[in-house]
Amino acid sequence: MLTIKGLKVSIDDKQIIKGFDLEVKEGEIHAIMGPNGTGKSTLAEVIAGKEDFKVEEGEIYFDGKNLLEMDVEERAREGLFLGFQYPVAIPGVSMTNFMRTSVNEIRKHKGLDPLPANKFMALMAEKKKLIGIDDKMTKRSVNQGFSGGEKKKNEIFQMAMLDPRLSILDETDSGLDIDALKVVAHGVNKLRRKDNATVLITHYQRLLDYIVPDKVHVMYDGRIVRSGDKELAKELESKGYEWLRKESATS
Amino acid sequence: MADSDKIIDEVTQSEYKYGFVSNIEADQVPKGLNEDIIRMISEKKNEPEWLLEYRLEAFHIWQQMEEPDWAHVKYPKIDFQDIVYFSAPKKKKYNSLDEVDPEMLETFNKLGISLEEQKKLTGVAVDAVMDSVSVKTTFQETLQEKGIIFCSFSEAVQNHPELVKKYLGSVVPKGDNYFAALNSAVFTDGSFCYIPEGVTTPVELSTYFRINAANTGQFERTLIIGDENSYVSYLEGCTAPIRDENQLHAAVVEIVALKDAEVKYSTVQNWYPGDKNGKGGIYNFVTKRGLAKGSNSKISWTQVETGSAVTWKYPSCVLMGDNSQGEFYSVAVTNNHQQADTGTKMIHIGRNTKSTVISKGISSGYSNNSYRGLVKMTPKAANARNFSQCDSLLLGDKCGAHTFPYIHTDNKSSIVEHEATTSKISEEQLFYLQQRGIDEENAISLIVNGYAKEVLNKLPMEFAVEAQKLLSISLEGSVG
Repeated sequence: MLTIKGLKVSIDDKQIIKGFDLEVKEGEIHAIMGPNGTGKSTLAEVIAGKEDFKVEEGEIYFDGKNLLEMDVEERAREGLFLGFQYPVAIPGVSMTNFMRTSVNEIRKHKGLDPLPANKFMALMAEKKKLIGIDDKMTKRSVNQGFSGGEKKKNEIFQMAMLDPRLSILDETDSGLDIDALKVVAHGVNKLRRKDNATVLITHYQRLLDYIVPDKVHVMYDGRIVRSGDKELAKELESKGYEWLRKESATS
Repeated sequence: MADSDKIIDEVTQSEYKYGFVSNIEADQVPKGLNEDIIRMISEKKNEPEWLLEYRLEAFHIWQQMEEPDWAHVKYPKIDFQDIVYFSAPKKKKYNSLDEVDPEMLETFNKLGISLEEQKKLTGVAVDAVMDSVSVKTTFQETLQEKGIIFCSFSEAVQNHPELVKKYLGSVVPKGDNYFAALNSAVFTDGSFCYIPEGVTTPVELSTYFRINAANTGQFERTLIIGDENSYVSYLEGCTAPIRDENQLHAAVVEIVALKDAEVKYSTVQNWYPGDKNGKGGIYNFVTKRGLAKGSNSKISWTQVETGSAVTWKYPSCVLMGDNSQGEFYSVAVTNNHQQADTGTKMIHIGRNTKSTVISKGISSGYSNNSYRGLVKMTPKAANARNFSQCDSLLLGDKCGAHTFPYIHTDNKSSIVEHEATTSKISEEQLFYLQQRGIDEENAISLIVNGYAKEVLNKLPMEFAVEAQKLLSISLEGSVG
């Protein structure tokens, strides 16, 4: 589904991603772990199409299409979802209005008519229940005055609404208390299917107590230094990232 | 950064959608301004002697005045002798719609204004003013049953001279300011509205103004009187054809609200703003003022300003009655080379008077958008309160937003609050919305409408939808 080969990315002439490869297949959950400043969020934003970066080398294919040639919104309409680390507030725009616009843009891309108001509201109700968020949140402006936990839950709610092929969740677990973390994990597990995939970007191992990944990658200094199964996450947790630094230095 | 550059570049390509010209024969007076022209206008309109005197006095005052230059706008000197002060579609009296020039009906249809009975469905009574003459007032009978007078200003002069004489100039005196004096001398037509005691208008009253003929100024005069304990919601819309030269629009609107009366006045102003290089467009120099005369009366202005090359406009409230209230809700959008200097004046005279000002400026392209507002608490205005909020939103980095608040307080018990913010549409907001499949143009439209929501919510439903579309159109073309 997602194939990244030899990706090198820089910002202001400073190379951040230094030769990155990844292959995500349908039905899989991948976790990308690593210390701060190692290029994890940059990777997520490059895949989503943010323009601040320069892709120097490499390629990204999504369902056989060259992502690097597509606009941000085109990537999204093709089924790529980014759960933001810091979701931004959009004052005055209600969650309902935002989601209706978004859902209908994606439907239009698929050649479908806009969802009638009653069906849209039913969809909202269904997904709110699935994720476990209340009406109050969807009546407010997008992320306006939301607590950290509410923002992250809201990202998972949007993921449920848009039903993407591939979700990249960027540090969705950071800053969450244990209850919010459970809500987020519960949502991701509920939305897991054979025909979609999720990439979790995380600093901590604790999210992986609730979501069991198929593959775990350790990212360090702009590349993957190790891949394995869920046991790798535990090893990392016990040894710490200092261990990587030594590995990286000797390799 | 690339995104905002794109916005600036592309936004400047948006086009004005009401720029057609209608081929309607017009009956005009010669160019220029002097006593003879004024006499000619008055005669053509078959006016009583007192009104001619009123015009001439205003003209003499105007001659002594100087064009104001304090507003934060720049435009070449206006040659007042190069303007046609009266232009009427040729066939004069219309007894039924069948007699109206089909070309003119077509014009109003293009504008989405049906003068026919369809309007009944939407519940709006319309008075349409083309160039200088009021063309047709719909819905007369329904209104008459309630004793509501809603007609063209000229008809009011003929049929209700006592009301016109009593209230004309009572809120905006002849010599109030340069453009109000000019209007008082040469005003041609406009709308007149009187709501009797205890009556609530069953429909929204609406006026559409259109400048059609070339080299013509439009000087309409609107007078709205809400008698005791009455309520009226009044809407005004404006468009003009695309022309290379600038055209002058200098209107005066006066509102009087007596005891317990409420007048709500909503405008969607979409005069031709000029092309993307700043050529052509309407100079919109308008004086709008309401007098909350009786106790517990209320006057509310809501405006969505997207048009005009230069706007100079401060819908104001004089809060004379005790416990009277004034409101001003404004969204002003400027794009390309447009200049807007707009805001309000809230003059608190009565005790316990209250005013609210919410102003949302949106600047784009090379435009300049200024808020100018005065809050004045006179010595008698015990316990008066004002709250003002002025927000500016910038798109791109070549436009300007300015705020000029003036506060005068002459008593100790009044409270004045002023809040102001300036923000830009952030890259993060755009990226967030685009990542959800919404293209840049729609993303900007969502953000802008969200920003202006507090004001748009104050508009009557039908107008709110139109205003939202207009905001999007005004900022259209933000994506390549």
